[in-house]
Amino acid sequence: MDSSTLPAARQSASGAPPHPFLEFVQEYSSSAGAMAGFLVICALIVVALGADWLSPHPPHEQYRNALLVPPAWAAEGNAQFLLGTDDIGRDILSRIFHGARVSMSVGALVVVLALLLGIALGLVAGYFRGITDIAIMRAMDVMLALPSLLLAIVIVAILGPSLLNAALAVVIVQLPHYVRLTRAAVLNEWNKDYVTASRLAGAGPIRLMLVTVLPNCVAPLIVQATWGLSTAILDLAALGFLGLGAQPPTPEWGTMLANALQFIQRAWWVVTFPGLAILLTVLAFNLMGDGLRDALDPKLKQ
Amino acid sequence: MPLLEIRNLSVEFGEKGHALRAVDAVDLALEEGEVLGVVGESGSGKSVSMLAVMGLIGYPGRVHADRLAFDGVDLLTLPAAERRRIAGKDIAMIFQEPMSSLNPCFTVGFQIMETLQVHEGGSRRQRRARTIELLDQVGIPAPESRLNAFPHQLSGGMNQRVMIAMAIACNPRLLIADEPTTALDVTIQKQILELLLSLQRERGMGLVLITHNMGVVAATSHRVAVMYAGQMVEQQPRDWLFGAPRHPYTAALLEALPERGLGRRRLPTIPGVVPGLYDRPSGCLFHPRCNFVQERCRREEPGITHSNGLLVRCHYPLGAGAPGDGLPSGGGRP
Amino acid sequence: MLAFILKRVSLVIPTFFGVTLLTFGLIRLVPGDPIDILVGERGIDPARHAELLHQMGLDRPLPEQYTRYIAGVLSGDLGRSIVTKTPVLEEFAALFPATVELSLCAMVLAVAVGIPMGVLAAVRRGTVLDYATMGLSVTGFSMPLFWWALLLILFFSVYLGWTPVSGRVSALFWVEPHTGFMLIDSLFSDERGAFVSAVRHLILPSIALGTIPLAVISRMTRSSMLEVLGEDYIRTARAKGLAPLRVVGLHALRNAMIPVVTVIGLAVGVLFAGAILTETIFAWPGVGKWLVESVRRRDYPVLQGGVLLVATVVMAVNLLVDVLYGMINPRLRARR
Repeated sequence: MDSSTLPAARQSASGAPPHPFLEFVQEYSSSAGAMAGFLVICALIVVALGADWLSPHPPHEQYRNALLVPPAWAAEGNAQFLLGTDDIGRDILSRIFHGARVSMSVGALVVVLALLLGIALGLVAGYFRGITDIAIMRAMDVMLALPSLLLAIVIVAILGPSLLNAALAVVIVQLPHYVRLTRAAVLNEWNKDYVTASRLAGAGPIRLMLVTVLPNCVAPLIVQATWGLSTAILDLAALGFLGLGAQPPTPEWGTMLANALQFIQRAWWVVTFPGLAILLTVLAFNLMGDGLRDALDPKLKQ
Repeated sequence: MPLLEIRNLSVEFGEKGHALRAVDAVDLALEEGEVLGVVGESGSGKSVSMLAVMGLIGYPGRVHADRLAFDGVDLLTLPAAERRRIAGKDIAMIFQEPMSSLNPCFTVGFQIMETLQVHEGGSRRQRRARTIELLDQVGIPAPESRLNAFPHQLSGGMNQRVMIAMAIACNPRLLIADEPTTALDVTIQKQILELLLSLQRERGMGLVLITHNMGVVAATSHRVAVMYAGQMVEQQPRDWLFGAPRHPYTAALLEALPERGLGRRRLPTIPGVVPGLYDRPSGCLFHPRCNFVQERCRREEPGITHSNGLLVRCHYPLGAGAPGDGLPSGGGRP
Repeated sequence: MLAFILKRVSLVIPTFFGVTLLTFGLIRLVPGDPIDILVGERGIDPARHAELLHQMGLDRPLPEQYTRYIAGVLSGDLGRSIVTKTPVLEEFAALFPATVELSLCAMVLAVAVGIPMGVLAAVRRGTVLDYATMGLSVTGFSMPLFWWALLLILFFSVYLGWTPVSGRVSALFWVEPHTGFMLIDSLFSDERGAFVSAVRHLILPSIALGTIPLAVISRMTRSSMLEVLGEDYIRTARAKGLAPLRVVGLHALRNAMIPVVTVIGLAVGVLFAGAILTETIFAWPGVGKWLVESVRRRDYPVLQGGVLLVATVVMAVNLLVDVLYGMINPRLRARR
């Protein structure tokens, strides 16, 4: 008769599962990319808010005797202009800092507006169904039938080129995505028991929409909004680049690249740095969006 | 020599130090031609242990065992290609959900012929003929017409038959059936079980039948293994187990069977729940729910006691239905 | 099968009419005189103004104007360009192949590189390779396209001198436009070296345009692959003792490709948005550049007609993809 015992290699009885918010923070911070994105965005917000103090020069100031100066580390560089100057002598670093303010604020405005409007329409479509639903969704289909940039260009063509009109155009371009998302989430939740229970208890439409259903749709909306922010920044920059968005001398990153093609041979820094700024910002938002999605979606947990 | 020999098998998932032990120090043995019923609640580790045998535990799981051998061959040290030759040909496994266990993009005939092609070779015509023969053996009517059917075009019972045909295609010596009838209608369940058993008898295959249904085990198995929370708590020949269970958990399970509760007004239940990741008890895992719990059970984890083909993991195994004082005396008993 | 196709078509038709409403309303929304906008003549005398107004039906009630517009559209009359006086449809047809050629090349690149990248990342999940490829992917679609194109030009054309900066083929060659596809036409032309020149001109724009779809496809492939690899039938395939290459390459890939193919098909819209920017930078004579210039030159008939045509093409391609998808996926077929 032999007996085999085993080493007690089990973990001891630990306590209850952690609080949901703490769990979310733990999950989110476990991703290096997501944390990097978050930190970069924090830095960008600081830069955007403090652009006036952080910039070595005013963004519109033209230094007539310092046209197309290379970055400080290059041969003919000047420590006064860390990233060099553009064709009319403005400091690129300062313009990039102020550009952060433009992109972040307008981008955030665009997304918030599109989100609010999109949620409203999506809730209405999902709740009332019938002809309202069909009308709204058909309108969204029409908007989605056009490639996004084309739709934005068309809108700006009607309204005239300016940063405000470009922002409006991007709001309209993003709208269908939030409407669709909200509507799908509403339809999904509608058949669940807790909604039926609320309806039986006599909850009216507003209460049902805002208090009962909406909080459960919030997670995918947050994720989509984060990605929406990065798309908004890209689209605004594209419109700026085409001359249809922010007009010179506004230091918007895309606008800064608008006439850069002509300098591509003699002044590479004019082309590189504004674009790099866009890339880093958009990358940060995308990584944050990914991190949020992974942290908020329980199914993806291993 | 046993056909399948498992000693001290453990399977862990997750980060080291914070891992979930799905299978915890399991011992198992199966002889040629024997039917072993593995029974336990959901989450008891019965499926995972068999997946480990087949080598199907992937990232992020980790498998450890002192011994994991099939027909004397050590599976742990075998190179991957060799192991693939054994798993699939000599050991076959069928799963619980027949509808999702077959590839929806390929026809049923293709999937069976693939097994034949990989392990046995032969011309297309030969494989086709053999496939039709197999489909017939598992009781599928008009087998030629089914060759080009897609899994979603067949019912659950038919799909399970296809799975069985695929599993026995290369004449395996051991068949592992992981809850093969749980997802099927009650009437089909009986048919599938009978099919499995007749195939087992005809071919002299070893059969590991994983189930949570004690009735199925009673009707089919030569030996029974009971699992709880990842651990093996009892293993006995069937009649002995049903007649004289040694572990309090087994006894409680049998007590809870409706058939045994005839005449009583209330069916007995086992209070409490199976421990999860965050609430694993100290000492014996079953002690919070055990009717016969003692101080030692709370402090110390029991090891497995082997005697005469009987395994039990308990400080105070039941002797003929009453708490004993240690190891049971040997010898045959009803 | 036919019923399936008809149903899909019937869903697209109202959207098409919706788009015509949009383009019709477009012109009416532009501030200013409609004659001025549509004909491009300013300060014309009132008599001529009234004559043109009546000729173009602008004095009729709106619904009637719309009907006239639709009738025109369906018979192929989308107006004339103010600048070149050529019918819009004709200009579109001449420029369209260039955009198609560029988009196709970009797509081929995106698929040929993106799918293997995604598969590799999925199979080697959690390793450096996975993080590297996915890092590249997320960077890829975070980049502003126009900047990436400029960088490519900076490096390959200016710095290395390997590729030309603009156009479809070197100005030294004259290629007869038979099909409109420079790669094909240059092969058939008598000019030696034309084909090579065409290829050299196509490389950089294709890379620029294809980068974002590549990034998206590789990500999609990876997540689709990971999902499929966790499915029961993959476990069965492994249990059968199949070699890993077969499990991944045959069993998993076929299922994983289903959502990816849909994404590829629907990427047409995204590709066109990118084409607008790419064509502008590389001076590629396609529809995108044409539309951007029409905005700058206030050539409204071109904008109106061009937008409608582009939207129609995008809808048609989406419809085609939808139908093809229904044909490929046996489960969808069986359901109706």
